[in-house]
Amino acid sequence: MKTTPVTYELLTENITIQKKPFWQTLKKQKVLLFMSVPFVVHVIIFKYIPIWGWVLAFQNYWPQKGIFDQVWVGFDNFKWLFRDPVFYQVLRNTLAMSIIQLVFGMVSSILLALIINEVRLLFFKKTAQTISYLPHFISWVVAANLVRDALSTDGGIVNEVLMRLHIIKEPIMFLGIPQLFWWIIGASHVWKEVGWGAIIYLAAIASVDPNLYEAATIDGAGRLRRIWHVTLPSIQPIIIILLVMNMGYLLSSGFEQQYLLQNGRVIDYARVFTIYELDYGIKMMRYSFATAVGIFRSVVSLVLVFGANYLAKLLGQERLL
Amino acid sequence: MKRRKYRSTKEDIIIDFVVYFSLIFLVIITLYPFLNTLAVSFNDALDSSKGGIYLWPRKFTLYNYRSLLNRNQIFQASLISVLRTVLSTLFCTFSTAMVAYTLSRKEFIFRKLFSFIYVLTMYIDGGLIPNYFLIRNLGLTNNFWVYVLPGLVTAFNLIVIRTYISGLPESLIESARVDGAGEFRIFTRIVLPLCKPVLATIALFVAVANWNAWFDTFLYNSSNPNLSTLQYELMKVLQSANTMTGSLEQALAQAATKSMNTITPRSIRATMTVIVTVPIAVVYPFLQRYFVHGLTLGGLKE
Repeated sequence: MKTTPVTYELLTENITIQKKPFWQTLKKQKVLLFMSVPFVVHVIIFKYIPIWGWVLAFQNYWPQKGIFDQVWVGFDNFKWLFRDPVFYQVLRNTLAMSIIQLVFGMVSSILLALIINEVRLLFFKKTAQTISYLPHFISWVVAANLVRDALSTDGGIVNEVLMRLHIIKEPIMFLGIPQLFWWIIGASHVWKEVGWGAIIYLAAIASVDPNLYEAATIDGAGRLRRIWHVTLPSIQPIIIILLVMNMGYLLSSGFEQQYLLQNGRVIDYARVFTIYELDYGIKMMRYSFATAVGIFRSVVSLVLVFGANYLAKLLGQERLL
Repeated sequence: MKRRKYRSTKEDIIIDFVVYFSLIFLVIITLYPFLNTLAVSFNDALDSSKGGIYLWPRKFTLYNYRSLLNRNQIFQASLISVLRTVLSTLFCTFSTAMVAYTLSRKEFIFRKLFSFIYVLTMYIDGGLIPNYFLIRNLGLTNNFWVYVLPGLVTAFNLIVIRTYISGLPESLIESARVDGAGEFRIFTRIVLPLCKPVLATIALFVAVANWNAWFDTFLYNSSNPNLSTLQYELMKVLQSANTMTGSLEQALAQAATKSMNTITPRSIRATMTVIVTVPIAVVYPFLQRYFVHGLTLGGLKE
């Protein structure tokens, strides 16, 4: 789950009006400058110069040639991009997996938060919670290993359980079935992030006014109806806002999971943007084309993020940007 | 929730059952893969391939660990992993705090401009190829510092620490200034000690991210085995899947035949996974409150 820090206030807060002339203030604040300027230069180098590298997409870039000897091709790379059938596959896969992760991730985290909130044994509550967010802190490399083991045809636990329950007769090679790949990504995402995602909803539930529960009880509501009529409506704003905000990241959600779990058989369903950029850019050395892919993703992401923020503001939650 | 005496209705009993049942189920599916991997890593490789290892090793052996930890490659990779984690954590936390302090000074003339420069980086991304060329042109490929330098100060961490510093009582800083302390002294002597909780959180996030990273090794340092990291070694073992194709697997298989032992890709993977996960599993129970603290610091609290 992504969290978006409070930056709104940072941008709009008024600085105190300077009365002294600029240079004098500058001299007075030289220590502050020494403390910050080197790092601002650093961020410009590492974050802004790559943007300048976008010119590559409008050239037929060839590393052996100098910067000024490159052939300019205008929008040709983008034309090829939009004609490439693989591009549409990548777009479909990225969107499909992001949406599956978003929907199932949120639903499972909300459910878990509601369930944890109903536990009355404090020790059990703490232990279950602690264990539930452990997987968030392991790398996808490790998680992918665990997923592969669990799904293997050779004694993997999922196949074993399904066979013991007589649901299937022979082990299924889950990771070799293209149509299943999106759902495996979704399920392993839920496995890894459900506990971590629940924290935010638990915090929201904790801030619900206890009087509301009291009143509902007096009105004769049981536990289920208190959850439905008090807890859920109370956390509804945060659910909506997280949903909207995460929609901004639909194209920029991770690729490690897909990269580490994919294999040749399912690649048509596993290829997402970064894998596409890696294959065309680094492996095939079509640098300009891969840069164009990156530009497409960045620009669409930017539009999505700002769209989401705008929507969030319309919903009265400006503190989130 | 307040503990209250009340008669359990039928609904209560059903809900309690569902709640405890689903939480126990969650705990099992969360822990089982780890425990299974642990069991396989301590089990004889040939015996494991017969299947049926669940939570406990059947034929206990330390051979898997001995053969892996004896490899220079693994030793070197552990060293690099630890080194990058420690250095990144120190440098990143200190420099982020320092920039955050300057941006929290209301009188600082570039406060607005610098804040804007940082915040904008949260929304723009050059993409894989331009970043790759930048790192290459800076001479950071096949270079240890590519692990530390690029992510030195990130906007997210900066904002979290800046928000925290802004919440500190201004009078403390003012009185130090009246006593003649310079900005840097105020920062190291007053602000840093007061920021311990938020710094602990950021340090932990940076440390975990660095320990878990493999993509930078893959992209920039893969041709220099001396700069490999544990996660990248594990990733290579994972990618070569169930065949003995990787160089590490071949070396291990050779060593195993010499010593009349066997080792299989599955055992190598399990053992590597444990080696990579243990540091996190060990610090995790003690530090998880900081992790959680950090999430609410991230700004989504009410």
